[in-house]
Amino acid sequence: MLQELDAILLARIQFAFTVSFHFIFPAFSIGLASYLAVLEGLWLKTGEQRYHDLFKYWVKIFAVAFAMGVVSGIVMSYQFGTNWAVFSDRAGPVIGPLMAYEVLTAFFLEAGFLGVMLFGMEKVGRKLHFAATCMVALGTFISAFWILSVNSWMHTPTGFVMGDNGQFLPGESWWDIVFNPSFPYRLVHTVIAAYLTTAFAVGGVGAWHLLKDRTNAHARTMFSMAMWMAALVAPVQIFAGDMHGLNTLEHQPAKVMAMEGHYRSHPEGAPLILFGIPDSEAETVSYAIEIPKASSLILKHDPDAPLAGLDTIPEEDRPPVGIVFWSFRVMVGIGFAMLGIGLWSLVARWRGRLYDWRWLHRGALAMAPSGFVAVLAGWITTEVGRQPWTVYGLLRTADSASPLDAPAVATSLVAFVVVYFAVFGAGTWYILKLMAKSPHPGERGVKIGERGPIRTAGITPGPTQNPGDPDSLPRNRKEAE
Amino acid sequence: MDLPLIWAFIIAFAVFAYVVMDGFDLGIGVLFPGFAVGEERDSAMNSIAPVWDGNETWLVLGGGGLFAAFPLAYAVVLPATYPLIIAMLLGLVFRGVAFEFRWRDPAHRAFWDLAFTGGSLLAAMTQGMILGALLQGIEIDGRNYAGSWWNWLTPYTLLTGLGTVAGYALLGSTWLVWKLEGPAQDHARRMAFRAAIATLAMLAAVSLYTVFLDAQYFDRWFSMPSVLFAANVPLLTAIIAFLLFRGLAKGWEVAPFWLSLGLFFLGMAGLGLSMYPYIVPDQITIWDAAAPDSSQVFMLVGVAITLPLILAYTGWAYWVFRGKVGHEGYH
Repeated sequence: MLQELDAILLARIQFAFTVSFHFIFPAFSIGLASYLAVLEGLWLKTGEQRYHDLFKYWVKIFAVAFAMGVVSGIVMSYQFGTNWAVFSDRAGPVIGPLMAYEVLTAFFLEAGFLGVMLFGMEKVGRKLHFAATCMVALGTFISAFWILSVNSWMHTPTGFVMGDNGQFLPGESWWDIVFNPSFPYRLVHTVIAAYLTTAFAVGGVGAWHLLKDRTNAHARTMFSMAMWMAALVAPVQIFAGDMHGLNTLEHQPAKVMAMEGHYRSHPEGAPLILFGIPDSEAETVSYAIEIPKASSLILKHDPDAPLAGLDTIPEEDRPPVGIVFWSFRVMVGIGFAMLGIGLWSLVARWRGRLYDWRWLHRGALAMAPSGFVAVLAGWITTEVGRQPWTVYGLLRTADSASPLDAPAVATSLVAFVVVYFAVFGAGTWYILKLMAKSPHPGERGVKIGERGPIRTAGITPGPTQNPGDPDSLPRNRKEAE
Repeated sequence: MDLPLIWAFIIAFAVFAYVVMDGFDLGIGVLFPGFAVGEERDSAMNSIAPVWDGNETWLVLGGGGLFAAFPLAYAVVLPATYPLIIAMLLGLVFRGVAFEFRWRDPAHRAFWDLAFTGGSLLAAMTQGMILGALLQGIEIDGRNYAGSWWNWLTPYTLLTGLGTVAGYALLGSTWLVWKLEGPAQDHARRMAFRAAIATLAMLAAVSLYTVFLDAQYFDRWFSMPSVLFAANVPLLTAIIAFLLFRGLAKGWEVAPFWLSLGLFFLGMAGLGLSMYPYIVPDQITIWDAAAPDSSQVFMLVGVAITLPLILAYTGWAYWVFRGKVGHEGYH
């Protein structure tokens, strides 16, 4: 029995690890693909070289991030079968087809047009190339659509019947399965999160280069675009997150109780606990700083509305409170900090100081990785908060795992940890190196055969004599002029 | 309309498409150390850089399609071959990122070239071994895998693994004969010659081993009436092998790749002949494992609409990057 439990815990850690690592890349590439489509569209529309330069600057980063997203994603498509075979067998008839649709409508679209997007500009011409870029961007969105439908169905399963063999079988309408109750909220919240994550990464890179040289026209453009996104989209995201929270309250009240730290029911209005240390043994939040009745006001729109606590949930059905409580606060805190940067940028714009307000740039730089942290914190909140279930209320996590020996799972977990940190660590380092280079006129795109002597001739005049760092030459020459 | 049968063909098609497309780019990874550092390696890499990602998507379709159409088979086979699957995935991680990383980090290019080769070799080997593990039989209890986590490791699976490596190397080298020119092409042709010998030897060894592995396989191949069909497989194999060697000797550029694909197609047909109607030999038929009609119909609609589109734009992407590739890339 102990052996079995260990294997399940290890399988959970493995899934959490591989999916968290994986999601970092799509969170970036969903937003970045759209940003690239916008840049290329602006270039085609206005003819301004600046947009083309920025496209080529970011497409190099996109290529590296996308490659990591692909290989970590292939792992995910097999994790269900390797570590969660019972879940796969039982839920396969319902969620399998949705995942097959993701492959058919999204993965092939992205992969099919990626080669043309990265390498094909000279082959197919501008318009067809723009179409390819749009297809890649569309593919990332369609992918999010299907996989979030699957995930949402696991949170709010609808539209199924139970088979005699224990399988979840599709009911009368696939519509009820695909558009299950939490899906629209989760889709909106997650896709906006990807856009915001990208906006802050782009804004942070722009801010970094403005701090080095505030006259850098390319850095100005990307910073300005990113700050518009922050100012306009961060408030939308907070609203969308609130709606998602209310939806969760309706379908998964135990998760909201854990997020709020409400161990006990509050018949006469529940307080909003801002901070504190949840103590699940004593079933209380120590050192709590709270606003009386505010939680009822937010969740029920009535300060005196009764709000149930975890004491109404059987102990074996409760999620772990500590993790959910903290990860939720991290996510919300970052959301408001993003809103703060967005508003600050509006003030700066209004005062005409967007490009020379050093503290704004420092703030944006500090916030550059914040989107990734917020996205992971959000996923941890929703996924840990739905425990102990894989299919909410119907199939327990403990009953979902493959019949594997603990050493097998432990070995593969160690292998994943070592390989992911090494490989994706290197990839992240390469991305940071690309970001550290200043965007400049005559930017080069992704080139296969990067160091080839002839290939680059048509793109940038003669930067290839320096094999160590081909990109540095045209910039240096520019600066020398 | 027999839905599970249709789906078995769709999955078989996805697996074949995967083997055909990722086979040659994994093969190039396997052969990579044989190419000279610099131009030869760069052009070999350039010939697959725009298409490798699309190629690997067929693996996701094979896995995802199996999950969706035959969830029971997915839930049994993956735990049964657990270490192989994990090793394959990690191999694909290494080789996939190497496409980008080797250009990003010239100082460590030797390392990423090694990662490209090691990852490709691991992926090819484990894919062959997964097939072998499936063919040699899987222990099942109820709806679950019941064996230990080392059952897959036998001389037979090692043989199928090596056979796959040899076959992928043949695909990779003949692809390069098609896409390269000059001394690099000559080099690829010499490799193709050796890979062809190795592939045919392994094909013969695996076929014989398989037939004597299990009485059922023996019956399939040597009893009436299936022998009438089965006998054609080795015959056609011999004809294609003859043409392949002749083509390589005469300096044909395009045909050797397609002839190598022909060998794989025959291997696949032989595999189908050995396994049908089982998806896990002797244990689970395609009807046992099938998802309900509703699931299979829902997906079939998607396949009917998207698969022609996928084939069209995949074909277009290959068309865009047609012709000889230089070490300078497509410019």
